[in-house]
Amino acid sequence: MWMNLRMHRGLVEEDEVVIDVDGHTVSARRGDSVAVALLTVGISTLRHSPRLGAPRGIFCFMGSCQECLVVINGKRRLACEVLIEAGMSVRTTELP
Amino acid sequence: MNSRVELAVLGAGPAGVAAALAASECNVNVLILDRSASAGGQVYRRPTGPLGMQQLEKWPDEVKGERLREQLRSSAVSCRFGRAVWSVERGFRIDAVGPEGVETWEAERLLVASGTTERVIPFPGWTLPGVMGLAAATALLKSQRVLPGQRPVVAGSGPLLWAVASGIIAGGGMPAAVIDLADTRRWVSSLPALFSRPTDLLKGLGWMHSIRRKQVPVISSAAVRKVWREGTSLVVEVVERNRDGTLRGDGQERRLSADALCIGHGLLPATEVTRLLGADHVFDAQAGGWKPVIDDQQRTSIPGLFAAGDCTGITGAEAAQLEGRLAGLTVAHETGRITDKLYRMKAQSLRRHTLRVSRAGASMAALMMPAESLIDDIPGDTVVCRCEDVTCAEVQAALAAGAMGLNQIKSWTRCGMGPCQGRVCGDTVAAIASRHLGGRTAVGAWSSRVPLVPLPMGDLVGAFAYHDIAIPKAAPL
Repeated sequence: MWMNLRMHRGLVEEDEVVIDVDGHTVSARRGDSVAVALLTVGISTLRHSPRLGAPRGIFCFMGSCQECLVVINGKRRLACEVLIEAGMSVRTTELP
Repeated sequence: MNSRVELAVLGAGPAGVAAALAASECNVNVLILDRSASAGGQVYRRPTGPLGMQQLEKWPDEVKGERLREQLRSSAVSCRFGRAVWSVERGFRIDAVGPEGVETWEAERLLVASGTTERVIPFPGWTLPGVMGLAAATALLKSQRVLPGQRPVVAGSGPLLWAVASGIIAGGGMPAAVIDLADTRRWVSSLPALFSRPTDLLKGLGWMHSIRRKQVPVISSAAVRKVWREGTSLVVEVVERNRDGTLRGDGQERRLSADALCIGHGLLPATEVTRLLGADHVFDAQAGGWKPVIDDQQRTSIPGLFAAGDCTGITGAEAAQLEGRLAGLTVAHETGRITDKLYRMKAQSLRRHTLRVSRAGASMAALMMPAESLIDDIPGDTVVCRCEDVTCAEVQAALAAGAMGLNQIKSWTRCGMGPCQGRVCGDTVAAIASRHLGGRTAVGAWSSRVPLVPLPMGDLVGAFAYHDIAIPKAAPL
């Protein structure tokens, strides 16, 4: 059901890559932002808030709210700003 | 790396690009910086999606954005994209981090064209994944060609409401409902101003037509009271408002099932840099909130510091472009690149044009103004500061205990102290505090501080090993 969020049905094969999300292999498309790649496979919780431990996800999508902070290849990055690359490792929820 | 330019422009949206081009055409040495990977700002944001996307029909704004990027490419403006500006000092010194590490520039003049941030007034459940701003939904639709949900509820105020709902329909989704905070009369009263921009009027009517044709329920003069998760769905509780703006009581709400909620209550000028540099600001509710005071040549109260576009009050992309152009020409005039006569002539025509287009933009901004009563409807246990999980009751308690201003609320409660630096909650907390402290002007705004954006220490210091650390000579005994 989540794949239906994409408006473009035409798939270009060379765009398909595999990334690692919390130890699971997930297929994604080059050019998508990390946040969108996760949204389209049904992952909407990107982290938990520090005091209440409440789930959080995409909120402003323009680098201002900091809610989509994840760990990408070992570094804290905003999932809305980083574009997918093959073999990328993404850690949600927990910070190192 | 340390280089000097005549004009540095912060923000490559419509205002920033227009300013950079105008100044550069007059042989001013211009540098433009933006956080995004390419120019366009939010309104003309460049699509980044996969190759398959390029076969899709282009949106009208996309064509405008491409023209803007093409003009910038063929100009002499030096562009630095993907740069997070974390410090700006008077004089002017700009510090940024980007793909090439830490960078510093010096500029004789500085133009701030930082655009806006979206306001979302808190309600129970607004922090849940799946609840996002209307601006976020617009970005998903435009630059990523992804729906925020298959059947989201679209709620809040202003033109983005209709843009997002019709964008979802165009993308193959179906909004569960459109919840408009304004009633129909307010839209009708803004029509005369809109007639000054027929293309925008037609665009707006087109959006509404597509929503009506698909028979999407439109609930006017209503607000989202709360949202919660049930299984994989979100349940959105909607309640209509009384004539005085207050929400109707229990038992009169409607519950809608949706897979996402896109909600926004207007745009706020982004004034972090102008506040950091100590420029004079004024509170203007109609313009979105605090804005820098500028003269009719786009100058702020600080010598050499200019501002243009929505960060000086919300008037829309078209007005932003004209203001930016004027700022660029003012710099060209100040540096002796164009004659008094030519400058006066061009400035006059730009100002006239701006006045006309900003009327429509400003009337839209007025429509985006949320009802004051929404602030009073925030329940005590609702989180207002998302970064630090500070509730409305905690802010109220600080005020009851005698907090004298925003900065005191911040140090007592941690509200606004998290990584977004108060960008999300600032306006809400100021509105709550203004009830106790006698109005928004008295309440003021949070002190702007460096770093302007959160910055991993590693990005700042770079990679180094232990033996790279210089050992200072021992002090004599």
